[in-house]
Amino acid sequence: MIEIKDLFIKFPGFALEDINLSIQDGEFFMLLGPTGAGKTLILEAIAGIVPITSGRILVKGKEITHLPPEQRGTSIVYQDYALFPHLSVLKNITYGLRYHKNDPKASEKWVTRLMEQLGLQALAQRSIHNLSGGEKQRIALARALAVNPSVLLLDEPLSALDPNFREDIRDLLKKLHQEVETTFLMVTHDFAEAMFLGQRMAVLNYGKIDQIGPVQEVFKKPATPFAAKFMGIKNVFHASFKDTTARVNNLELHLQSPPEENKRYVAIRPEDIIISKNGASGDDNNSFQSKVSGVTDRGPYYEVSTRTGDVIFRVMLSKNDFFKLELQKGKDIHLSIRSSDIHVF
Amino acid sequence: MGTKRKIDPFFCITVFSTVTVVVFILFPLTEMVLQPSVQDLKDTICDPDVLGSIWLSIYTSGMAALISFLIGTPFAYLLARKDFFGKKLVESIIDLPIMIPHPVVGIAILGLAGKNHWLGQLMQQVGIQIMGTVTGIVTVLTFVGLPFYVNTVKAGFEAIPVRLENISRSLGASLSETFVRVTFRLAWRSMLVGIIMCSARAISEFGAVVIVAYHPMIAPVMIYERFTAYGIKYSQPVAVWLIVVSLLLFLLLRICSLPKENQK
Repeated sequence: MIEIKDLFIKFPGFALEDINLSIQDGEFFMLLGPTGAGKTLILEAIAGIVPITSGRILVKGKEITHLPPEQRGTSIVYQDYALFPHLSVLKNITYGLRYHKNDPKASEKWVTRLMEQLGLQALAQRSIHNLSGGEKQRIALARALAVNPSVLLLDEPLSALDPNFREDIRDLLKKLHQEVETTFLMVTHDFAEAMFLGQRMAVLNYGKIDQIGPVQEVFKKPATPFAAKFMGIKNVFHASFKDTTARVNNLELHLQSPPEENKRYVAIRPEDIIISKNGASGDDNNSFQSKVSGVTDRGPYYEVSTRTGDVIFRVMLSKNDFFKLELQKGKDIHLSIRSSDIHVF
Repeated sequence: MGTKRKIDPFFCITVFSTVTVVVFILFPLTEMVLQPSVQDLKDTICDPDVLGSIWLSIYTSGMAALISFLIGTPFAYLLARKDFFGKKLVESIIDLPIMIPHPVVGIAILGLAGKNHWLGQLMQQVGIQIMGTVTGIVTVLTFVGLPFYVNTVKAGFEAIPVRLENISRSLGASLSETFVRVTFRLAWRSMLVGIIMCSARAISEFGAVVIVAYHPMIAPVMIYERFTAYGIKYSQPVAVWLIVVSLLLFLLLRICSLPKENQK
């Protein structure tokens, strides 16, 4: 178990404040946040690479706050691989073995197994120059896991990879996590990666944690406007509440149940809003006349902005649906939102 | 079609400057190298005094580079890797020997080593003499050459991603093991270049050495002595041999410091 208690790190112009995290043994935990939020700093603080101003870090109940990096039992993998350029693939992978008092035969067996799992046997004697990004990242993973760390720290390991390698390594990470006993702590700014790999996640917003929880919960029920927007929720509105009604400017939205006190926002995922030509059918509790105010091609889908009174909704539509509905700017349409799809926080 | 591409005036200036600089450096040196006859060169190199002074120049410069390597490497590492209060000041101090007039360096070191200074008295008690000794020459050459070594190696350390060291530490290596297994292995070429820069600076030193030790005579002092005593004709062959020997040595070191094709 990794416990981070009241961690505070101050740098000129930036501070990580009041970081409290508890990560279970063997968990795949994601730290999600935009660039500059301080995600890498948390990883490097756990690894002992950056000095902390105050707070405590414990791994498996042992205080490691003031231990040098080599005594912490953590391994780190960076997005730029950071392989030793003067060593061969095998020597990179076995670099740390001499510092861990393991049975040499057991170590050799473990390294062979890791290399098999990561498909690196054929590359063992190669120089690390002229290898692909995917191969380099697999070597970096093998090197980090070869020493059997308590915690594997992954600093955006998929960011520098081509899309085809990215999926391979992502699948591999999931598989490796299931097969080893190491706790994985990964930093990313991509919520899709976090959803695929993580069991729980923390959303980091400029030096502070906004929300911690199981990935599905954070995805569906973000606790702050920042977390909501970071989870891809494009419709986040300030609202006032009365019974089961939320009022956003002049628009009334019907909720499934009366919200608890102190709730201030409503959030609706762009894929949960239904556009139709002639009004809604079924059990949709909220349906409005609206007008298309803009269309953006997002590659695999269209993002349609529609204006209802003075509220603008952003709706995600598949290309197929978009062409079926013959949408264009200025067209009158019908919007439907199920009460159960409105998240209040 | 058919219009000639106009040459930018700035391009002409760059070409003119390049030619001027190359001629300015090479013309006097080439003239000097070509002026002595083969017989003069042969006679000079057979003169044991000349051989001795060239060897002394190489030896003392090499010793200065070795001392710079030993004390300058950890210092350059600290400057490259750590931020501390007063770092800018320390970086300025290391550049001081480059700015100070060379005789002033000699006078400053003699002032310390003299009988009137406690350090001079202490050195005398343990049998270290600076005035007119090889020790004095090496001291002066280290003083003038050290900044070139430190600055070159510092840049070499800075070019190595600190993440490689972080990874090594997280895999279990201590700071010193990381330095030996990663940093040194990646920075040795810049250290070799630093040694070249330091010894090149040292071998060319005259002003500071002539104050501290006229004898034993290093090659630049011998060239000066022959010039003042016998004229330009007698000093030139010694200068040519010093240039040739230095050039060969530096060329050899430079070749060793070149990266292999697959490491570029």
